[in-house]
Amino acid sequence: MIEKLKGNWFFNVKGDVLAGIVVALALIPEAIAFSIIAGVDPMVGLYASFCIAVIIAFVGGRPGMISAATGAMALLMVPLVKEHGLQYLLAATILTGIIQLLFGVFKIAKLMKFIPRPVMIGFVNSLAILIFLAQVPHIWGISVMTYVFVAVTLAIVYLVPLIFRAIPAPLIAILVLTAVAILSGIDLRTVGDLGIIKQELPSFFIPDVPLNFETLQIIFPYSIALAIVGLLESLLTASIVDDMTGTESDKNREARGQGVANMITGFFGGMAGCAMIGQSVINVKSGGRSRLSTLVAGGFLMFLILVLGDWVVQIPMPVLVGIMIMVSIGTFDWSSFAYLRKAPRTDAAVMLVTVIIVVATHDLSKGVIAGVILSAIFFVSKISNIKVLKRQDNDTIVFELEGQLFFASVDGFVDAFDFTATDSHIIIDFSNAHIWDDSAVGAIDKVVIKYRENHNKVTVRGLNASSKKMVDKLAIYNDANAKLSAH
Amino acid sequence: MYNRIVLAVDGSENSLRATKEAVKLVSLTPGCHIEVITVVDFSKSKSEILHTQGKEELELKRRKKLATVEEILKQGMVEYTLKFLHGEPGPTIIDYANKKKVEMVIIGCRGLNTLQEMVLGSVSHKVVKRVNCPVLIVK
Repeated sequence: MIEKLKGNWFFNVKGDVLAGIVVALALIPEAIAFSIIAGVDPMVGLYASFCIAVIIAFVGGRPGMISAATGAMALLMVPLVKEHGLQYLLAATILTGIIQLLFGVFKIAKLMKFIPRPVMIGFVNSLAILIFLAQVPHIWGISVMTYVFVAVTLAIVYLVPLIFRAIPAPLIAILVLTAVAILSGIDLRTVGDLGIIKQELPSFFIPDVPLNFETLQIIFPYSIALAIVGLLESLLTASIVDDMTGTESDKNREARGQGVANMITGFFGGMAGCAMIGQSVINVKSGGRSRLSTLVAGGFLMFLILVLGDWVVQIPMPVLVGIMIMVSIGTFDWSSFAYLRKAPRTDAAVMLVTVIIVVATHDLSKGVIAGVILSAIFFVSKISNIKVLKRQDNDTIVFELEGQLFFASVDGFVDAFDFTATDSHIIIDFSNAHIWDDSAVGAIDKVVIKYRENHNKVTVRGLNASSKKMVDKLAIYNDANAKLSAH
Repeated sequence: MYNRIVLAVDGSENSLRATKEAVKLVSLTPGCHIEVITVVDFSKSKSEILHTQGKEELELKRRKKLATVEEILKQGMVEYTLKFLHGEPGPTIIDYANKKKVEMVIIGCRGLNTLQEMVLGSVSHKVVKRVNCPVLIVK
């Protein structure tokens, strides 16, 4: 027991505590900014980040990964909050947790690894674009000083790390620029203008929504989208942390853990969240490896809010916006431009379609689903290309087939033959082909019988074992008087 | 002469030259074993994961980058093991060499990422400063 505790929690205490503190500091501005994106009070995001981080530290499947309120989830909630309000969001959060828990229990989460890579690239890129777009209203046409503060924030977050890396640069930007804003009395919008910060711990309550079918109808579509997007980002992040630390993780346990975390968070007034790529990378880079660092991140975040809540509301919005622009630039996959040039045309198209649909609908789940369907179609059309090579020696005609013969490729297969030959020997060679289903066998029947009608001798050869089994069982061309049925 | 040599490579021109020197050095001592290490940079993990469909493909991709290094070692009939470490290249190599009580580190003077080296200093420079054993830097 103690050994196990040590293995999971206390093998790297110093690194974990330090990394946890760094992550907590980086989480605060993001939790606030994502609350603002979702259209709720900053407390909703802060409570979510606290609850999710603390709970996932115990129930997650990937030690060292950071989960909290995220941009991907916040963006999905916008219409729900706008039309129905916070209480429905909390109810949706609880339902999201239940769905994710079920996904984890039934091991559906594992299927996520079949999501094609262009869809995942499109996912992170559109996430970055949406986070950036969400910042524009806080920059554009407010005041000259707003532009100045955004620019200075960006300068600090990108230039300071080149010479000094002990304190996270976003924190330096917040401290310095908040001080400048307060001392100089420059008129800027602050976090306080967009919501209130309560200096108290979250408490348990049941969301104030009618418990009926109508409520379910409202929240279910949001919950399913949140569940999918949350698991998608969490499992992607888990793979990244796996790679960075050179260790393995339990993906199904992570899915169940995300579910439990969201479910409980909904009862404590927090919005649905998931794992965060950026924060998890910061955590590992800062030396965090175990569950302890995730726990410290959540705990220290809450501690900071309890102690410094009065100061947090004074943070100027342009500074927060600047940090969010950095987050979106960091989220974007910049190698995508090279990818668009080098990847197969169909993959590039899937990536672009995913991005376009997300940006048009502001719904990450729709983009992902469209991307998956499109790449499935491309896959089928690619694999349904069957090649037929024709060779003629004297009165023997050999057709060599190459590819997969199944329902999607039978049309191309039949069309590839010309049925003009008479009184010759026709050999159909399947050495480089595989027969998958009834349609395929039916197509072979059709070709063989048609040739026979013109008094040709037909030989089918080169079938591999499983193809042969299928043909022997189903084909009728071996019956001497087989005729094509009139369809 | 030496029994535990670490050769740090990244697939760059310089690391190929370093490999050739390592082969020469080892040929003096029969039975000497080279540990070839390569560091997967933390900041590349995200985009590499994003651009590969699963672990196996990723491992293959990374190994391909070092194909020439492995070829040189095989041609030199050198016994070696290849290890992938994760982290920031400089500190990770230093940490490994110091913890494993290595007798010599061989490294190319300049790696793949010239821009980063201009700003942050070269990996080989850091290694020379902080590793507790002789370091052979190959130009």
